[in-house]
Amino acid sequence: MTNQYKIFPLGDSAVTFDMGNSISEALNQKALAMQHWLLANPFEGLKDCLVAYSSLTVLYNPVLIKKYYNPATTVFTWVADLLQQAFDKSVQTKPVARELIKIPVCYEAGYGPDLLPLAQSARLTEQEVVTLHTDTIYNVYMIGFLPGFSYMGEVNERIAMPRKQTPTPVMAGSVGIAGPQTGIYPLNSPGGWQILGRTPLRLFDPFAPEPVKLQAGDRVQFYAITKKEFEEYSS
Amino acid sequence: MSLTIIKPGLLDTLQDLGRPGYGGLGINRGGVMDRYAAQVANMLVGNEVREAVIEIHFPGAQFLFEQNTLISITGGHFNAMLNDEPIPLWHPIVVRKNAVLHFPKLQNGNRCYLAVHGGFCVPQWLNSYSTHLKAGAGGFHGRKLEKGDEIPFKESSIYFAGLLKPGKEFEALKWGVDTGSTYLHPNEIFFIEGNEWEQLTYQSQKAFLQDNFTVHPFSDRMGYQLKGVDLHRSANTELVSSAVSFGTIQLLPNGQLIVLMADHQTTGGYPRIGHVISAHLPKLAQLRPSDVIHFIKTDITNAEQLLIAQQQELNILQRACTERLNSLYVKH
Repeated sequence: MTNQYKIFPLGDSAVTFDMGNSISEALNQKALAMQHWLLANPFEGLKDCLVAYSSLTVLYNPVLIKKYYNPATTVFTWVADLLQQAFDKSVQTKPVARELIKIPVCYEAGYGPDLLPLAQSARLTEQEVVTLHTDTIYNVYMIGFLPGFSYMGEVNERIAMPRKQTPTPVMAGSVGIAGPQTGIYPLNSPGGWQILGRTPLRLFDPFAPEPVKLQAGDRVQFYAITKKEFEEYSS
Repeated sequence: MSLTIIKPGLLDTLQDLGRPGYGGLGINRGGVMDRYAAQVANMLVGNEVREAVIEIHFPGAQFLFEQNTLISITGGHFNAMLNDEPIPLWHPIVVRKNAVLHFPKLQNGNRCYLAVHGGFCVPQWLNSYSTHLKAGAGGFHGRKLEKGDEIPFKESSIYFAGLLKPGKEFEALKWGVDTGSTYLHPNEIFFIEGNEWEQLTYQSQKAFLQDNFTVHPFSDRMGYQLKGVDLHRSANTELVSSAVSFGTIQLLPNGQLIVLMADHQTTGGYPRIGHVISAHLPKLAQLRPSDVIHFIKTDITNAEQLLIAQQQELNILQRACTERLNSLYVKH
């Protein structure tokens, strides 16, 4: 673990602890460990805690912190010191051997509008792209953008196509690629990722006891299913 | 105890102060755009500040009150009328059964808030009444209000009905709220530097501080797009996604700016050149397309002080409103 990091205000009610502008499992694990430490050592006014690729952001209510702790410094400095403690004191346990989550994806025509163009530009067959996409075990780095949208990585560099210039409508369940990232759209949404296929699984269900199925730190692998199997899932 | 939508508006939703704590699931805090106006609306009718209110955009819906009800309207000025008579904003108002609330003309502001005594009785989703349109959850069935919707209240306003004078459709109570400095100098928006501020070229920093920016028509509860001079960074480093917040000013690849508002996505990868201070978000939330913004730089110390002062003012208002309403109970 390097000690290169930066703590900065994300407005007057949030602080980000940024460990470097990179997609790294080690940094992501450290951010998760810090989050774990903070949730075990909460403070009055703590509103939320967000893990991203290589950063942790804490959202807080400055009025409550001022009232309860009356720091001599700014509230920002007070929270920044606490994040420093979280960094120093959190123990980065070895990633728990979580059960591998297997996600069925239909890559057939009509399900992945960008599969063929991506294959052509990568000089691969569609089947080769699917194999490369399903061979890798992905780490879920973060959930963001939409309720339950999982940012996973890293995809094989042969199929790591950049996102589109202009977003287009994307159907719920669509599985896409953007550079080294892969992810699943939990809801119908405009989106710029290259869509390879679609899963029949519902990854966001607002009224389920756990509305979001995947969480940061999960391990995921995709497997191909036929159109018929997709329809059987959905019915 | 309820009100009924007899004609739908552009975008009327139930909102409260939002659902913090679910950012890690990609679920944003959401909630009202103007937290000051929404809290005052609740105070005026004797509610806790966290009760649900209806956030109304122009053109607003028409609301029929099924019972005598104590209400208040705060925020944007849309010439609120009960039947044929204008009613004041920022006042408690007792409304007679069957009166119709409507908003014929936009004067200023971008959204107003309707609170009813006791609050609206709808189920919470993830500890909040706020409507999350994308998730289709929270508020009234996870959607905007439509014709025929009947929104129930938690409590009756029967104590206040005696204040109605014969032949009058409503009675505005004698006291109101002075919004003080909250909306003064509406176009002057304070910000603190974002993490990528230093990446702006000197000319772009200067332009950001000196030029005016105009709110673009494509502005909504997710974000305000701004029109202005193109801004540039000295190096176009790609950023990996990380958290963003209500008020974050992002630089888009085309050189234009967007200010993230209540329904912003939880994470983003565009450079954060600044953050609007929380005390000025109510002011910003009342700006409309084609309104002008002049950004003024401040620091975190001042941002915190202004927010704490605004909260202290709200606390004073809350006590004053409670005392006034309690004095009415005693008289009865």
